Amino acid sequence: MSTIAASGPRTVVRKASRRIRPARVILHAFLIAMVALWLFPLFWAIFASLRPYGDTVMHGYLSWPANGLSFANYQDVWTQAEIPYYYLNTLVIVVPGVILTLLLASMVAFCCTQFSWKFNLIVLLLFTAGNLLPPQVIIVPLYWVYLNTPIANLGSIDIGNFSFAIFSDNNLLYDQYIGIILIHVVFQTGFATFVLANYMKTITKEITESALVDGANVFRIWWSVILPLCRPALAAMATLLFTFMYNDFFWALVLLSHGNKRPITSALNNLQGEFLINYNLIAAGALLACLPPIIIYILLQRQFVAGLTLGSTKG
Amino acid sequence: MANTTARVAPARTQKAPEAGALVNRRKRRYTLLTRHDKILIALMVGIPLTLDVLLVWGPTLASVGLSFTNWQNIGPITGKNFVGFKNYQFMFSGYTLFWPAFTHNLIWLAWLTLIATPLGMFLAVLLDREMRGTRFYQSVFFLPVVLSLVVVGFIWDLQFAPTDGFINNALGTAKSSNLIDWLGNPRINLFSILIATSWRHIGYIMILYLAGLKSVDPSLREAARVDGATEVQTFFGVVFPVMAPINVIIVVITAIEALRAFDIAFITNQGKNGLELLSILIYNNSISEASLVGFGSAIAVILLLISLVPIVAFLSRVMRTLA
Repeated sequence: MSTIAASGPRTVVRKASRRIRPARVILHAFLIAMVALWLFPLFWAIFASLRPYGDTVMHGYLSWPANGLSFANYQDVWTQAEIPYYYLNTLVIVVPGVILTLLLASMVAFCCTQFSWKFNLIVLLLFTAGNLLPPQVIIVPLYWVYLNTPIANLGSIDIGNFSFAIFSDNNLLYDQYIGIILIHVVFQTGFATFVLANYMKTITKEITESALVDGANVFRIWWSVILPLCRPALAAMATLLFTFMYNDFFWALVLLSHGNKRPITSALNNLQGEFLINYNLIAAGALLACLPPIIIYILLQRQFVAGLTLGSTKG
Repeated sequence: MANTTARVAPARTQKAPEAGALVNRRKRRYTLLTRHDKILIALMVGIPLTLDVLLVWGPTLASVGLSFTNWQNIGPITGKNFVGFKNYQFMFSGYTLFWPAFTHNLIWLAWLTLIATPLGMFLAVLLDREMRGTRFYQSVFFLPVVLSLVVVGFIWDLQFAPTDGFINNALGTAKSSNLIDWLGNPRINLFSILIATSWRHIGYIMILYLAGLKSVDPSLREAARVDGATEVQTFFGVVFPVMAPINVIIVVITAIEALRAFDIAFITNQGKNGLELLSILIYNNSISEASLVGFGSAIAVILLLISLVPIVAFLSRVMRTLA
């Protein structure tokens, strides 16, 4: 019975698809049309970004490029909008953000799934629900917290015109890299905890138990027994969290005031004001800004999709 | 992947009964934990929990409290700041932007639930079969999901821009007097940005639904086929009912997405002139344009109350499997 269920339908489907059925042809035609529709905005952006501004002013955007295509817009936006600098800003926020989130979330998920205590479900509930709130619901008091929490100023690490304060160059959480990292970590820990708890639930408690019998302490079990077992889930979450944090606009908009600390996604917003209606340059900037997530997606598509379906709470 | 689908559709996994039995046997209290271990657990849960309470739940409750005050972020809050329901009264009857924003949120929700989400589900159903190129199609539809909404906004700007955008040029209206201002005209700009949002949302729903479809027992479909059901009949008669838990989760996720909409409306025109949303009113009133903390908080409370509906629905679905 079970062998029929496992292999039966698949062979049937394969056999059926061998002859060309009109239904299949219509299906492919529809899907190809949808694909064209889906890719068109992206291709159009690439097309615009490769055209010299003068060319589009002369002939309009819906025209064949008279003077050929070039990467000049990319060069311009790369230097004028200081794209590398904003990439660095993003990196400084996202890398610690992802690592800390995974550490904290895996700790909570581990303690809540491997041990039964009174409030373990309530704790999971608090973390999960917190992540589902619209960020705008908490922003007003959070803004106040950021403006009123004293943080030590212990100098900074300077690389060229880039300066990373330890921990705050204005003695506040507001307008600081660590402030942005902190809210990302706290907010995304909710989501990551939920996903990792779901994953760890499938690990039998016997593993933890026998490690305890062998005399390992809880911290040690988390670090050297459970975390290695969760590698696939951690990889999927890292990919997803990277994209979430990379794509964030709201936290950076509210909790940073100086343009020079902005990550690239929110720095892009200023591009619009700076270059007014030079759509070619804006297109080049936007495409440069979304290049890292696209590369990650192409390389790690499997992780990405796994992360989303593991959690299926947000995007 | 196996255990993800197990969570969404607990009915089907071969491992489930075995694992369940193990867990049940293990319901007894841990005696293996030393004092030291218990302190470690308290710390490992306590530190993240403290942060979560301080930066998420604390502010949520503070929003509720502040909504009854007229505090403007200056000086301490005293009894004099307490104004009862005045903020709410003004919001519902005096403030001209509240009902438009509320309506826009509703339209956003309706559009995603009735158009974008079903389309994503439809694509998932089409792609859930052994077919040449199915992975290619999936990759393409999913691609916009990895882009930030800011970038999505810019990319669609190139389509919607009045004189330089593709659509008006293709329609031939770019230079005429009856030029369509897709993003500027308050009667249509909400729908323009909803199209851009859907470009991203549809792929997201497609991937989630595909994962759900993969978890449906293939023998169910086979049985329906043997009984002579058409593909459409099989889907609506067998697959869709079996997918009930996932359908609920998909709708709930859609609702949550609709309520936290902010970025794309904000970068289009700061959420003005037809693009007002509750989330944007909170930001504008309390942070960017004025510091009416109390009033902004009252709007936040309304957004919170609406959000609680899908959040509770999601948690009650999902916690059953976590428990």
